[in-house]
Amino acid sequence: MAQPIVKLNHVSKSYGDSTVLKDINLELEAGKFYTLLGPSGSGKTTILQTISGFTSVDAGDVYFDGQRINELPPNRRKVNTVFQDYALFPNMNVFDNVAFGLTLQNVKKAEITRRVTSALKSVHLNGYGNREISELSGGQKQRVAIARAIIMEPKMLLLDEPLSALDAKLRRDMQYELRELQQRLGITFLFITHDQEEALAMSDEIFVMNDGVILQSGTPVDIYDEPINHFVANFIGESNILNGVMREDYVVEFVGKRFECEDAGMRPNEPVEVVMRPEDLTITTVENGKLVVTIDTQLFRGDYYEIAATDDDGNEWLIHSTNSVPDNSRVGVTFAPNDIHVMRFNESEEDFDARLETYETDD
Amino acid sequence: MKSKTANLFYFIPYSLWLFLFVVAPVALILYNSFLDINHHFTLANYTTFFKSGTYLMMTLNSLWYALLITLVTLLISYPTAYLLSHLKHKQLWLLLIILPTWINLLLKAYAFIGIFNQTGVANQFLSFIGVGPQQLLFTNFSFIFVATYIQIPFMIMPIFNAMEDLNQSYINASHDLGATNWQTFRRVIWPMTLPGVKAGVQTVFIPSLSLFMLTRLIGGNKVITLGTAIEEHFLITMNWGMGSTIGVVLIVAMVIIMVLTGDAKSRGGFQK
Repeated sequence: MAQPIVKLNHVSKSYGDSTVLKDINLELEAGKFYTLLGPSGSGKTTILQTISGFTSVDAGDVYFDGQRINELPPNRRKVNTVFQDYALFPNMNVFDNVAFGLTLQNVKKAEITRRVTSALKSVHLNGYGNREISELSGGQKQRVAIARAIIMEPKMLLLDEPLSALDAKLRRDMQYELRELQQRLGITFLFITHDQEEALAMSDEIFVMNDGVILQSGTPVDIYDEPINHFVANFIGESNILNGVMREDYVVEFVGKRFECEDAGMRPNEPVEVVMRPEDLTITTVENGKLVVTIDTQLFRGDYYEIAATDDDGNEWLIHSTNSVPDNSRVGVTFAPNDIHVMRFNESEEDFDARLETYETDD
Repeated sequence: MKSKTANLFYFIPYSLWLFLFVVAPVALILYNSFLDINHHFTLANYTTFFKSGTYLMMTLNSLWYALLITLVTLLISYPTAYLLSHLKHKQLWLLLIILPTWINLLLKAYAFIGIFNQTGVANQFLSFIGVGPQQLLFTNFSFIFVATYIQIPFMIMPIFNAMEDLNQSYINASHDLGATNWQTFRRVIWPMTLPGVKAGVQTVFIPSLSLFMLTRLIGGNKVITLGTAIEEHFLITMNWGMGSTIGVVLIVAMVIIMVLTGDAKSRGGFQK
């Protein structure tokens, strides 16, 4: 593997009594779009700050481009940050904000003008140089903040929940733009968000965090399809999580029935949790259904109906369907073996990956 | 309609105050400045003022000492305000700094007479460290020292507020873009706290122009400012016309200072 651009080696950090990072190990390859995903207080911003230099670590090492940078002050690190509140200097106009970093160095005036113009152009703000910051909309401020960071030509850009203050439509547009910008510049992006949709849409690789620990890392598809535990399954996307028992390889029992599945490598009769995504459940007739449920209520979400139902044992089910089903009707629910994902209790990411290796030969 | 009359009603006390204690006195000063000692209309007061070296010297003196006081106050207050805004119990510390302003100015002046006189605490200390007693009271030094002491809280408060408004993320952003501490101070912290500095300069410089109690009690009348001159004309020589003329000059000087330091609202200002 090529030398990672960033490597965190057994990094820990506490503030007083609360431990915010617990023995974090992380490697980021150059040129990829990474996302740290987790609820607020999970430690994702702290990881970002150990890389930008605004937080010192209590234990462990931070490497950047092969060099240990634990003691390097932020102004000498080759990374730049797009701050959550943008932190655009209100006493300067757009041009001066973007030019700020260059004016600190001995860059010629013509060169500064050229690079500011090009940076503004790459965030689609040509001709905004003379605007005051107070005259900009939220989306425009966001772009200026990005331009101000990328003009420094950093090897890595850190983005601290940059889209959280924007409205839904603009956020979606910016997701495309950020992804496109990252691919065009070819530099590493480390993006922080608590919005799973954002993470799934943009990333090459996602790190799911909770309570100062990285629970799972992988491609968006991996994490969505094969969440390692209850927390990840619940945090990423909607899900039905049920208690079950692994009877033998490829057979799992839940809601009192045995189903064929694609998971293996567990002890016989091991208690497990079963995850089923609402969009993988298909509504059919009662006779064809693997399960029979009664529809409780449904919400129209625009592109689908979100249906809440209860089976005869009293388990609640969440089903996504493009067609409406009358309330209180009894319907069958069907699914394929690969729609069932089995999770063991307290399985670490390493064990999880190792177990998958044992039976997933062709993938 | 009713609420409008009610609003007008609430405005009455303030309008009365404004008229009786601001508009009327200023008008009276202006009127008096055109009267000679026999209450005849004249422009002589102004010609005297601008032709006499004494008065011009006094004006320069006032400006010079006010400037010195403001400068020393600023040099002490800015770092103090910066430090305060980074302390844990900053509101308590700020209260301790504000506390002395609740004590009467004259009381504080008399206290300093006690401290600075020949046998005062300051001279006892100087004798103790072997320097020997010095003439402290009635010197320019003691005048500036005491004036600065009195003005410091008024400078710290607006600067402290500006520092409080300054979000840490601006400073982080500056470091993130490669700025050193000094560059961050010069390019980000100073310009963003400048409105606080201007407000502080206004509240310190303008009153310092007309300090007269301190020039007398602490400065021993060695420093004669316009404030002293006004007092003399009104109470000793009874030349109210001349006193008023100096007053008008002082008011004009204040207006000029306010205009010069008061552009915080236009471009370059830091607004929340």
